Amino acid sequence: MLKIEGLTAAVDGKPILKGIDLAVPAGEVHAVMGPNGSGKSTLAYVLAGREGYEVTGGSATWDGLDLLALEPEERAAAGLFLAFQYPVELPGVGNATFLRTALNAIRRARGEPELDAMQFLRLARERLRALSMPEEMLKRSVNVGFSGGEKKRNEILQMALLRPRLAVLDETDSGLDIDALRIVADGVNAMRGPDFTALVITHYQRLLDHIVPDRVHVLVGGRIVRSGGPELARELEREGYAALQAQAA
Amino acid sequence: MNVVTHKAGAAGFLHRFEGLRERLPGGRLPWLAALRDGAAEAFRAQGFPTRRVEAWKYTDLAPVAEAGFDEPLTAVDDAMDLPPPLAGARAVFVDGRFRPDLSSLGGLPFAAASVAHGLDALEGRLGALARPAEEPMAALNTMLFEDGLLLDLPEDADGGVLELLSLATASERPAAFHPRHLVRLARGARLTLIETATAPEGARYLHNPVFEIAVAEDARLTHGRLQQEAPRAFQLSTVYARVAAGGTYDNFTLNAGGRLVRNEIHVALVGPRAACHMNGAQLLVGEQHADTTTALEHAAPSCTSRQTYNTVLMGRSRGVFQGRILVRQAAQKTDGYQMNRALLLSPEAEMDSKPQLEIYADDVKCSHGATVGELDPEQVFYLRSRGIPEGRARAMLVEAFLHEAVEGVTDEPLRRALDAAVAGWWARQEEGLAA
Repeated sequence: MLKIEGLTAAVDGKPILKGIDLAVPAGEVHAVMGPNGSGKSTLAYVLAGREGYEVTGGSATWDGLDLLALEPEERAAAGLFLAFQYPVELPGVGNATFLRTALNAIRRARGEPELDAMQFLRLARERLRALSMPEEMLKRSVNVGFSGGEKKRNEILQMALLRPRLAVLDETDSGLDIDALRIVADGVNAMRGPDFTALVITHYQRLLDHIVPDRVHVLVGGRIVRSGGPELARELEREGYAALQAQAA
Repeated sequence: MNVVTHKAGAAGFLHRFEGLRERLPGGRLPWLAALRDGAAEAFRAQGFPTRRVEAWKYTDLAPVAEAGFDEPLTAVDDAMDLPPPLAGARAVFVDGRFRPDLSSLGGLPFAAASVAHGLDALEGRLGALARPAEEPMAALNTMLFEDGLLLDLPEDADGGVLELLSLATASERPAAFHPRHLVRLARGARLTLIETATAPEGARYLHNPVFEIAVAEDARLTHGRLQQEAPRAFQLSTVYARVAAGGTYDNFTLNAGGRLVRNEIHVALVGPRAACHMNGAQLLVGEQHADTTTALEHAAPSCTSRQTYNTVLMGRSRGVFQGRILVRQAAQKTDGYQMNRALLLSPEAEMDSKPQLEIYADDVKCSHGATVGELDPEQVFYLRSRGIPEGRARAMLVEAFLHEAVEGVTDEPLRRALDAAVAGWWARQEEGLAA
């Protein structure tokens, strides 16, 4: 279970998160929706441990483990995965090398045996096929020269290989056409089950037609201002954030 | 800067020249004696350049000027530990002298010999490209060279891969040697020349090679240089290349060794559609100082030049890149590109970068760029968020930066040699960082 209590955080000294309370029971998928600048991406980065995102109060625990006390790589080893809104380009780092290094680092941390190049390739091919991605993507530098859609699919490929227990998807739908959106959604849905918990961060309801959440939370001005069932997403799509923003102000 | 000290360092070499003058190879050839005398005059006038000389603004030769060098004393029968050959054919030089007993040059489809033994036939060729009046290190070389590699490729010859191995021996007092290498490719000829310079860990010496390279019409020379000199050694090298119409000169230099190193390259593209690629990587640690200085002259239309240099700096090391591109009025449709990037991995390391474009033609495409920076924190975070520990993440990004510099090398044997050298260097640094 992911449990966030009274979480406050600042960037460059400016308060962004102003007391987030959120609980995602194991095996559930929750959506966090909100207008631009509401703190959605900040929440994602704080959970993943990015430098420069200063936690000023509150807590975030995963199955009782204090996430905020861990280094980013330790959070990953504990089962956390952040799908980036803007996946980072790594010129000169081959995608296959990257994926295998990450997978083996996590396997090592979990006390599982590392995969050799052949075992890895077999696994990667299988996951690529499931995501309708060409094998050639393994040979390229990480995200370099990838289209927006390819970058997002590459994030989902990483998730499919690393098999996190807790995924935070930060606007994974932005910049995707409808086919790519379906592939990404299928990738997430394929992982759903009692051992997979996810926080899907999005501006639009569109993605939630494909990844139907158990709960929807609305983030405005650094606070969760409403929570509800999947129907809340459609209501927001219809009526916009303006009313909620006025309320919060 | 102490001008007097630099002159004193030069005086030692001038004194040696006066003592050896008659006994140097070719001492009885009037043209060569005149060439050496002229170089000595130039060297006497300039001495070792101080940092007041514009071309040496970032590199201080005081440590070289103050070292006090002797002649190398290697005996011909010295047993040597040679590194494994990179290719079949190899010319071995020890302390600047050709060692036929250690070389394997049989069955080559071209002439490969010692400069010292061929001097009779080199009038008008030796010294045709080097400019002792302008470059003091070339003056020192011309004054005192004893030997070098003489390569002549006939028309359309495919020379394959030839390794030039330059070894230095450790001796009581530091030695100086100044090999003069002459390479000539006739029309349509091809050659990959891979030069490795190395020595035992404790050796102290000055290696001051000069290359004079002539690439004729449609010929292609790939010149790889793996500078892995001993940690306390000096290497000051000057390459002169002249490329005729449709010819190509590719130079890739890896600077990974030495205490103070300068890699100076002068290339003139003198015929239409000539091309030059100058790329390199500098891997610097501790107190190392490495300077890459290029001067590229576009003298004919429709020529192409590409330069990319990547430098990684650790410790208190210092890197220099100076790149001059001169486009003459006749050189319309010039396509020139120059890029140098530096990655600073320590707050005490320093990089100086000075691009210089001089363009006298109006229809040209010429660009340059320089970046100096640390590892991108966003990239480090991306890797860490995937479970990769910070040290490993940083290592992967440095490797990628180095890989980028080698990526452009299309020549397979050279590429393999470079990959191995870069990987070996990085493995040693990682060991050092882990310790």
